[in-house]
Amino acid sequence: MLETIFKGSKSYWTLVTILAGLIAVGAIFYIKQLQVGLGITGMSRDVSWGFYIAQLTFLVGVAAGGVMLVLPYYLHNYKKFGKITILGEFLAIASIIMCLLFVMVDLGQPARALNLWLHPTLHSVLFWDSLVLFGYLFLNLLVGWTVLDCERNAVPPPKWIKPFIYLSIPFAFGIHTVTAFLYCGLPGRHFWLTAVLAPRFLASAFAAGPAFVIILCLILKKYTKFNAGKDAVQALSRIITYALLANIFLFLCEVFVAMYSQMPSHMVHLQYLFFGLHGHNALVPYMWAAMTMMAVAIFMLLVPSVRKNESYLAIACVLTFVGIWIDKGLGMITGGFVPNPLHQVTEYMPTFPELMISIGIYSIGGLILTFLFKMAVSVREEVSQDL
Amino acid sequence: MKNSRRKFLKIAGATAAGLGLSTTAIKALESTTAEPPRAPDPHAAPAVDTIKMGKPVIDETAPVADVKKNPPPSKAKQWAMVVDTRQFKSSKDLEPVVNACNKIHNIPSLNKKHEIKWIWEEEYKHLFPSLETKFLAEEVKHRPFPALCNHCENPPCVRACPTQATFKRKDGIVLMDFHRCIGCRFCMAACPYGARSFNYVDPRPNIEEFNPQFPTRTKGVVEKCNFCAERLAKGQWPACVEASNGAITFGDLDDPDSDVRKVLKNNFSVRRNVSLGTEPSVYYII
Repeated sequence: MLETIFKGSKSYWTLVTILAGLIAVGAIFYIKQLQVGLGITGMSRDVSWGFYIAQLTFLVGVAAGGVMLVLPYYLHNYKKFGKITILGEFLAIASIIMCLLFVMVDLGQPARALNLWLHPTLHSVLFWDSLVLFGYLFLNLLVGWTVLDCERNAVPPPKWIKPFIYLSIPFAFGIHTVTAFLYCGLPGRHFWLTAVLAPRFLASAFAAGPAFVIILCLILKKYTKFNAGKDAVQALSRIITYALLANIFLFLCEVFVAMYSQMPSHMVHLQYLFFGLHGHNALVPYMWAAMTMMAVAIFMLLVPSVRKNESYLAIACVLTFVGIWIDKGLGMITGGFVPNPLHQVTEYMPTFPELMISIGIYSIGGLILTFLFKMAVSVREEVSQDL
Repeated sequence: MKNSRRKFLKIAGATAAGLGLSTTAIKALESTTAEPPRAPDPHAAPAVDTIKMGKPVIDETAPVADVKKNPPPSKAKQWAMVVDTRQFKSSKDLEPVVNACNKIHNIPSLNKKHEIKWIWEEEYKHLFPSLETKFLAEEVKHRPFPALCNHCENPPCVRACPTQATFKRKDGIVLMDFHRCIGCRFCMAACPYGARSFNYVDPRPNIEEFNPQFPTRTKGVVEKCNFCAERLAKGQWPACVEASNGAITFGDLDDPDSDVRKVLKNNFSVRRNVSLGTEPSVYYII
């Protein structure tokens, strides 16, 4: 099936070239980072995780979101997702690879990365996170490839693949739960020290992942012969609605606990993010923008007549995706570090090289996704011609 | 209502005065320690009796080791440190302590975002945010407090580290293996005391005076105070202890006769954020 990625239209090759160019730019900045050190980023002694780890967190969510296609199709036999399940799996593959790359660029000594497995440490959540991430990547590669190959040969998927499909479901929940456990088990970081962090991560993931799938479906429908079908897109939009509501609900639970208890150590991070602290307010506009986007998206998704209009639905999905991206990819990590445990405020903003490296990684993900989707679309076109 | 409150305060005050026992009482209490061990008396007055606050306690019966003359104990079950912050009147008093550490451990001088700190000066409100008081004594407010790794008995950084590059030794010292560290900085997120620094850039060009006795670090690894494990191994006191003119006591927390236990027995001390269950091994006499 791989050969299908070498044959494509002019616009396909234009997209591939643009992504390859961005990857090259990112690589140049990464070489610079290897030479100078992580000092070229905006991270500091106080804010020791920044944009990279935040992208990891967000993208683990996008990857886990793929399960919202797999689960209804394979567990509830919801046939309408049959056509797009593969998109969820391929999105998961691209996302997980991006996650792993974001961890790599965040390491101070990337050449020593294998120490993670040479000295396996069971009491470190990072060790377990690496296991579930690689496990989920493997499962999606195996399932996605096998199912698509069978589709191409017009045969039903083999029986032995079923256990792997079922296993991928708890793994999807697992990757985001373990990723939340990276943060929520740390004493003295009160913003993260909450049992609701993992559920909230899952809720936002199940909104952001499917929202991106809808955007992709609408793009594919416009530019290729691949049509996900109205019903599948509408079913996905309902999933997004519930997940986004759950995300906002859990966030408001957090706000209530912090603000009603009036415990300064719990309130202070929310105060910093939404109102600024001692004149430091770099993230305030972003947080309000994120909340506004999610609120508008909820309103649009809740009204059936709006949701059923695919142009409006596209806007709602973009708002959902970007809103969650800001919340998780910018506020969630920085918010936990500001103020520091000594109640001092050091602000964080990603630097230009840091953003370029991140764009490079997103382009790698984009390229992988382009290739995988090209494969899926080509196979579908082949099969429909044969019929 | 007002009257009864005043009455209560009066009684409370009298009780408090009673608790501040005379030195003879303390002596009497200490003499009992020389006697053979007895079954603990459940009705005995709590240890609070021996607490004295305000001025340094000089207790002739239990002198602590003179770091200038005696070497430190050769081993310990849990090394610990007691900082008598009353002896640090101004930054000038703390400076030599910090400088001694910086010089011995090849600490570079870098900008605030990238700085490496093993032991450094903090204000009371930052070191003890959970022990904040609205109206802190003026002198304590401006007193320089040394902050450093607490060498916790239950260290969250060790739990978080995915490669065991940071680990707890049998003698309680939490150490770093600079060669195994992958620079993931999970330990920095896990440390609730801000004790860890990351080499965001190559530290070597920024070391003012190179000490060949201690390794320099490479960029991309985490580091922190090591309780001068390398000096203890050679029978030397930690650099900060040596430079502190007696303000910092060092010894085995598990040995009831150790210097740290003697000092703790006679002085009211606090530790940083104990509510987290980390069991810090650095004690502060306020």
